[in-house]
Amino acid sequence: MLVFEKTSLAKEIEQLIEKYGNSRSSLLSILQEIQANHRYISDYAQQEIARHLCIQPVEVYSVISFYAFLNSEPKGRNIVRICKTISCDMKNKMSIVKAVERELGIKIGETTSDNKFTIEYTNCLGLCDEGPAMAINERVFTRLTPQTAVENLHKVVG
Amino acid sequence: MKKPKVRNGKILFSEYTLGEGVRKALTLSREDILFEIKDSKLKGRGGAGFPVSTKWMLGAAAIAERKYIICNADEGEPGTFKDRVLLVEYPELVFEGMVIAGYAIGAKFGILYLRGEYEYIRKSLQDFLELMRKENLLGKNILGKEGFDFDIKIHLGSSAYVCGEETALIESLEGHRGEARNRPPYPVNTGFRGMPTSVNNVETLSCVPHIILNGGNWFKNFGTEKSTGTKLFSISGDCEKPDVYEWEWGITIAEMLEKVGAKNTKAVQIGGASGICIPKSQFNRKIAYEDIPTGGSIIIFDKNRDMLKILKNFMEFFVEESCGQCTPCRIGNTKLLEGVKMIENEKYTFAYLDKLKDLGKTMQIASKCGLGQSSPNSFISILENFKDEIFYHENGDANGK
Amino acid sequence: MENKGNGRAPVSQKPHKIELPLHPEYIGGSVKVQINEKEIIVPLGTTILEACKKNNIHIPTLCHHDDLCIAGVCRVCVVEIENMRTLQASCAFPITAPIKIKTATPMVRKARKNIIDLLISEHYGECYSCFRNNNCELQSLAKEYGVDHYNFGHVQKPRFKIDNSSYSVVRDMDKCILCKRCVRTCIDLQEVGVLEAIGRGDSTHIGTFFDKQLSDVICINCGQCINRCPTGALRANDPRDEIWRAIDDPKKHVVIQTAPSPRAAIGEEFGLEAGHSMTGELNTALRRIGFDKVFDTNFTADLTIMEEGTELILRLYNALVKSENLNKIPQFTSCSPGWVKYLEHFYPQYIDNLSSAKSPQQMFGTLIKTFYAQEENINPADIVTIAVMPCSAKKFECNRPEMVDSGFKDVDFGLTTRELAQMIKETGIFLPELPKSGFDEPFGEASGAGLIFGATGGVMEAALRTVVELVTGKKVENLFENANITPVRGFEGIRYVELPIEEVGDVPEMYKKYFSNWNWLKGATLKVAVAHGTANAKKVMENIKAGGIFSECHFIEFMGCPGGCIGGGGQPIPTNAEIRAKRAEAIYKEEEGLPIRKSHENPHIAYIYENFLTDGPCGHKSHELLHTKYIKRGEYIA
Repeated sequence: MLVFEKTSLAKEIEQLIEKYGNSRSSLLSILQEIQANHRYISDYAQQEIARHLCIQPVEVYSVISFYAFLNSEPKGRNIVRICKTISCDMKNKMSIVKAVERELGIKIGETTSDNKFTIEYTNCLGLCDEGPAMAINERVFTRLTPQTAVENLHKVVG
Repeated sequence: MKKPKVRNGKILFSEYTLGEGVRKALTLSREDILFEIKDSKLKGRGGAGFPVSTKWMLGAAAIAERKYIICNADEGEPGTFKDRVLLVEYPELVFEGMVIAGYAIGAKFGILYLRGEYEYIRKSLQDFLELMRKENLLGKNILGKEGFDFDIKIHLGSSAYVCGEETALIESLEGHRGEARNRPPYPVNTGFRGMPTSVNNVETLSCVPHIILNGGNWFKNFGTEKSTGTKLFSISGDCEKPDVYEWEWGITIAEMLEKVGAKNTKAVQIGGASGICIPKSQFNRKIAYEDIPTGGSIIIFDKNRDMLKILKNFMEFFVEESCGQCTPCRIGNTKLLEGVKMIENEKYTFAYLDKLKDLGKTMQIASKCGLGQSSPNSFISILENFKDEIFYHENGDANGK
Repeated sequence: MENKGNGRAPVSQKPHKIELPLHPEYIGGSVKVQINEKEIIVPLGTTILEACKKNNIHIPTLCHHDDLCIAGVCRVCVVEIENMRTLQASCAFPITAPIKIKTATPMVRKARKNIIDLLISEHYGECYSCFRNNNCELQSLAKEYGVDHYNFGHVQKPRFKIDNSSYSVVRDMDKCILCKRCVRTCIDLQEVGVLEAIGRGDSTHIGTFFDKQLSDVICINCGQCINRCPTGALRANDPRDEIWRAIDDPKKHVVIQTAPSPRAAIGEEFGLEAGHSMTGELNTALRRIGFDKVFDTNFTADLTIMEEGTELILRLYNALVKSENLNKIPQFTSCSPGWVKYLEHFYPQYIDNLSSAKSPQQMFGTLIKTFYAQEENINPADIVTIAVMPCSAKKFECNRPEMVDSGFKDVDFGLTTRELAQMIKETGIFLPELPKSGFDEPFGEASGAGLIFGATGGVMEAALRTVVELVTGKKVENLFENANITPVRGFEGIRYVELPIEEVGDVPEMYKKYFSNWNWLKGATLKVAVAHGTANAKKVMENIKAGGIFSECHFIEFMGCPGGCIGGGGQPIPTNAEIRAKRAEAIYKEEEGLPIRKSHENPHIAYIYENFLTDGPCGHKSHELLHTKYIKRGEYIA
């Protein structure tokens, strides 16, 4: 990580600490914002957060590793999550997965070489009545067909 | 995102004007509210069915400098989405339920723990809270009631099914891994930040304004003796009209299937992945605490579905979503999934499957929290209720063998 | 502010409020319960496990440890309670009502058996190729529950790479059963925080920050995690093979020093109860194994007292008289390498407060390869020095790159009590039956002051005996009966003692070059403190940072491990407060019988200052050989 990146990240974290406070219960809110802004939480960010909250870096890492929507490793700018739980599975989620994989030229769990997309599976999105469903970042898309799924990818990038 | 109200139901989906519930509640004493809730026999709608009045009375009796009301909006059970509908279409019920709970228990702070998957609802909820503050339904001296302050903040989860367990949810709120706590002490005694905390489901809280408005006895008229009121059902799977429905407790499975246009149904999963799978022969059974209790997830499977594949999907879910702290749940679920794969690959022995069922029973009684205690339910019920299909391929070689 | 300091553990693992007794069954603060049909009365809030222990009802446990907060995760200790749908973990269930408990019903036995079977199915490796064979809690449980085959299969391939990057602690996560004792030890007992549970579901494992190897994260090497691991997942980095090679090499002159704490504990490895000191037997055993010379670390403990005590006096003189280097007061002890590394990481701004005197282990290493080599006319290149220590951090310490003042690696290997016991067993010796023998010259027997270094407060007591006598010119016995400075003894986490200096004596010869009288200390009050375990050290350091009472101290003894060296990370397993107390008792008992009990009265010490370190304590030569520097390491993990 470059020095100026570190400085700006440190500043960003300081602002978040100011916003949420430096108690342990602020941890998840802070991590969520860093995750939203950078699509992952770097080791440097984790140590900075730990320092402000007076906890150990491994505690931050441990918490991040617990929650499916938080990452320690870099991801694409847009995270596509396809629901794999039973109702979506029964609505042929595999055809959606295949279409998205084909379109982006990567497999589930991978990131495109231009860093635009990462595709993942997710557990139940709570859209079982409107499956198959997927989320791109925090937006959700329902009643997908292979075609609409792919169109949505392009819509998000604009 | 807010949709026009097109739903019909006897309680939750009935007509309601913002502020009615709180306004009425504030004319009553705390005790009156607790007794009204007691009369209604309202039970927790998340699945466990703990009497709400008992929890609230303990909360009200607790002496502490701070108390918390937490609304558990972390519905992660596969096949459940009723809370989403309430949060999007009926936020006034949810939030007013929290305000009334705060008034009854003596809490000033409310937190809505919203699952990470529902982040897109957060904005509209926050706007709604702002509206309620403007209407003085939140804030200081609510509706002029001297000394009654209450406000609500929204806390977003980051995707972990286990956080639907109330103590795991509190751990998560405190910035920890969502690992269930040892109980006792229960949250109502030692909860968020060590303070008395009442954790209630979205649907439970949504019932409260209606109970306050119409009385506990009115509420009790719906449903059955032990299961009063109505229930929201999240219906998905093989049917024409998947959606959220409000029906009285005591409805039979057959009646439900009829209403949602399900045809050629072979099996119904009640209670999501952690629930039980009911075969056609038992479709006359009732959904109620007297027979089959549930948090409301109903997944319908028609005759073409492969039950083993469904079970595999469930077990994969638990292997991933177990918090991993206690032995029975962490390793037990892995073993059950291995068992499913053995059946799939025809590498099983019945003796070993019996051992796994026995292990499932151990998980049900020895796991630390509800996740591990309920995750073997599907394994046990599907292998038992669909053994002909799974082991004898009676159902037209459904397993592709 | 919430969750600061000791707030790492989740609420469930901390003591919690007990509801007021309202029920007629309650008698005062007690409650009557039924365990296996037997009625007993216990104080409210007693856990079921504690209640059963007191009544001699055995309940198996794995994640429970007396030193640690409750976890309730292994579920091996489950019991049945009447009218409860599920079984309850007895370690985590506080009794607050008159419940009826059954500890061995068919349901309970079945559940425990299944749980043990599950753990074993994921436990990679075979018992006979594990160093914890015969001292493994999982193995004992398997035996107790009659496990005779793998009920749920057995993992065939390792999932993890063994991490032996650290000089001190080796992690083999394939043997881990996720009891989280190490996590609770590291984060809660020691407040260091290297280890945590990582991931969830079936990928849950115990790991470090970004799953880095141990040498790359902020581990202080205290090894407390090893002492509390129920299986072979954690162990010390074992140098036995290399030591055997040195012993078997006729060209090598292999010298071993033994510290007091291993001597007080090694008997446990041979089945003795805690609290038997085996100094004499051990000397014999070491000679039979093939060590060429056996020395007593206490000798350099005495030397440490001379150096560190003199350093303290000089620091005080500079501060009080010359008003120089005020920030170097209080002086911190530096003999615990776990503590030293802790300070270097977490309070680097205070490294100047650390005594520059090396630890006894390292002083001995330097002396052996200089003074001893010279006296005995041996080429130091042919000498291999080994230190038997209760400690895993000592392995790291001897590998610090600056520890080469003799011109060679001062101490070649640090050997733990456990590893030495293993070497003795390999030789076919049953230690308790050996005749006793003494230490070798030219260092001979040491004073009792060195011996008590092993227990928390011991360094302080040894230093005070010397400093008080040097300053006041009076016998310390006049102040403390039998020279036992009891206020600094005990297991209280932090102890603070004030010692008024009412009168002063003549300045000893060796200090005359610094000052001519003690008048500058007359009427002063010497303030000292003792802290053991890094969690307590942290409290003291935070207090100093905030300008509290400890910032006014002159001298503070810090030990990295709870209980001091007797509770070190290289000591026999298991450990608990009772065992540590017995080991300390053994040391104090042995000490009281010694003829010389003050470092400055040790004739061998006088000899070395007359003939080798001729410019006296803290003189030029001793600075060159016996003192060291520290590194500001900081907290950042690259």
